[in-house]
Amino acid sequence: MKRWTLTMTLLSGLLALASCRRDTPPAGPEAAVGEPIRIGALFAETGPASFLGAPAARTARMLTEQINAEGGLLGRPVELVLRDTGGSPERAVSFARQLIEEERVVAIIGPSTSGETMQIKDICQAAHMPLISCAAAEVIVNPVASYVFKTPQKDSQAAAWIFKTMNEMNISRIGVVSGNTGFGNAGKAQLEALAPEFGIEIAASEIYDSRATDLTDILTKVRGQNVQAVVNWSIVPAQAIVARNMRQLGMDVPLFQSHGYGNIKYVEQGGEAAEGTLFPGGRLLIVDTLPDDHPQKAPLAAYKKAYEERFNEEVSTFGGHAYDAFMIVAEAIRKAGSTERSAVRDAIESLQGFVGTGGIFNFSPEDHNGLDMDAFEMLTVRNGRFEKYSKP
Amino acid sequence: MSQALQYAFSGVTMGAIYAVVAIGFNLVYSTTGILNFAQGEFVMLGGMIAVTYSRFMPLPVAIAAAVATTAAVAALIEAGFIRRLKRHTLLHMIIVTIGLSIVIREAALLIWDEKVRSLPFFTGTESSSVRVFGAAISPQTLWVLGTVFAIVAVLHVFFRFSLKGKAMRACSANPQAAMLCGINTSNMRTLTFAVSGALGALAGCVISPMTMSQYDMGTSLAIKGFAAAMLGGLGNPMAGVAGGLIVGLAEAFSVSVLPAAYKDAVAFALLLCALFVKPHGLFPERGSIAREA
Repeated sequence: MKRWTLTMTLLSGLLALASCRRDTPPAGPEAAVGEPIRIGALFAETGPASFLGAPAARTARMLTEQINAEGGLLGRPVELVLRDTGGSPERAVSFARQLIEEERVVAIIGPSTSGETMQIKDICQAAHMPLISCAAAEVIVNPVASYVFKTPQKDSQAAAWIFKTMNEMNISRIGVVSGNTGFGNAGKAQLEALAPEFGIEIAASEIYDSRATDLTDILTKVRGQNVQAVVNWSIVPAQAIVARNMRQLGMDVPLFQSHGYGNIKYVEQGGEAAEGTLFPGGRLLIVDTLPDDHPQKAPLAAYKKAYEERFNEEVSTFGGHAYDAFMIVAEAIRKAGSTERSAVRDAIESLQGFVGTGGIFNFSPEDHNGLDMDAFEMLTVRNGRFEKYSKP
Repeated sequence: MSQALQYAFSGVTMGAIYAVVAIGFNLVYSTTGILNFAQGEFVMLGGMIAVTYSRFMPLPVAIAAAVATTAAVAALIEAGFIRRLKRHTLLHMIIVTIGLSIVIREAALLIWDEKVRSLPFFTGTESSSVRVFGAAISPQTLWVLGTVFAIVAVLHVFFRFSLKGKAMRACSANPQAAMLCGINTSNMRTLTFAVSGALGALAGCVISPMTMSQYDMGTSLAIKGFAAAMLGGLGNPMAGVAGGLIVGLAEAFSVSVLPAAYKDAVAFALLLCALFVKPHGLFPERGSIAREA
């Protein structure tokens, strides 16, 4: 066993040496083919988090093909090393180790869930492996770990948008329901922390199993507290079930969802019960209605068109997060002019004005998310479509 | 008052779903002595196949076809795997059926994909509900309850009055004696699996509009359905219904006093307590106790 490890270490060391040497010569015709640049990706293509992971994985594959068709990065082809975590933190950990130690990728994009990301945050930091997470929870980048970044908007910003809208609607007494996932728990904590600042009282707060198929019991309890609005914070199909059960119970108070609602499938599953749902979301979902001079319009429309033609399904926020992560890594490699991890990390941290699906990214040593409040819009569902919410 | 009634309705909704799975468990156990942990997968298959068929044919036809297809799959599984096992203790069969459930689940992932699907509501829409004393119940829940009671009634008549049903019961009571009487016990076993597959599929279709169908929905259904079957008394289909409703109601009312996060814990704590007092379930079937020893 020991000898095997030693051989592997030596071998991988040799490989690393070989790839380093190939970096240095000036780009000749030979370098255009060259050793592929390996980008690691961890997405839950299957399992309960596949709502997030599957569009993300599809996006990463599509972008790899696109970049290779355009001549690759630094004249070298890009190879995507994608692993399906199934949404399990344990598998995310072992695959992350595999990508770091065996596959020796330049950077890792994903995972889509906060629970998985938090499990591998320290591993990537210790191995000096740039990690661009596609998960939402704020704890991923707060406190900052120098090698860990994330593309989705922060959940504190989402909570602030929700409360801001509630203030406009004169809502002050609300009920919160959340899924028992890392994302749900982080969101619930943010809502509870920010509520006093906006003068909002959380009268009922309930956690449900992320695989729950009926939530009338919890909503009955919330309804008993005479709330003026309900906030649901989860990433699972329960987002559709909350909407249905509320309408079945005859609750007519507004339903707010988190920024995890950004997949039109939740609306389809909610059917007419989803009408009027409010949630903060990125502009990818309303790209058709963006003015032409908006800086995000052109790249978003291009991504949407390519994705929808290729996979025959509507683009979602979660594929968008992977788009951002992948493009940030690609841009950083181009800017750094090398595939050395520390150089790529430095390039990401100094990236300014990068236009992505989540907003316009301005990274800094203190901010590894790079998005401000303006990255969100308050969206609503009307006639089965997403559209920008405007006060009636 | 209407609040309590609403909890009760919520409990009945979940309980009815557990009950249909429990019936499948009991049916197979009572005739073959096998605990079929792939029962949840039959429910999943029913829903998924019906969603696929419903694109090409009207809903009732699609459901009937899905039920028939799943029954065929279940029969094939029995004829292909379980029949070939010469020596089968309860433990062997549990491992085999758990293995089969994983195979079916992964196959479903390959055939369809990871996405959630659902059949349209049979009556009304996502937001419609029936009002009873100020509490609301989805029309689809009434469909599920109706289906459960229809299944129980049909099974009762089948076991009591038809020759095939009597033969099945004979296999359950004493396989050797049944064989001596000229009953082909292997074929009876296949038939039982087909029937339980059909029941599971029917359940999968009626619950699909509410709970939605996904390739991995079977596991959690199997666990809760098994709990319901144990609580009621293994091997007795009617008891499975009672068990399912008790588990569902216990969950719903626990939410009214405890945080919802403890819902599952309450259901299983109740099951454990019940089994301490009555190890064979609340309504044990007389025939099957002897075999458990």
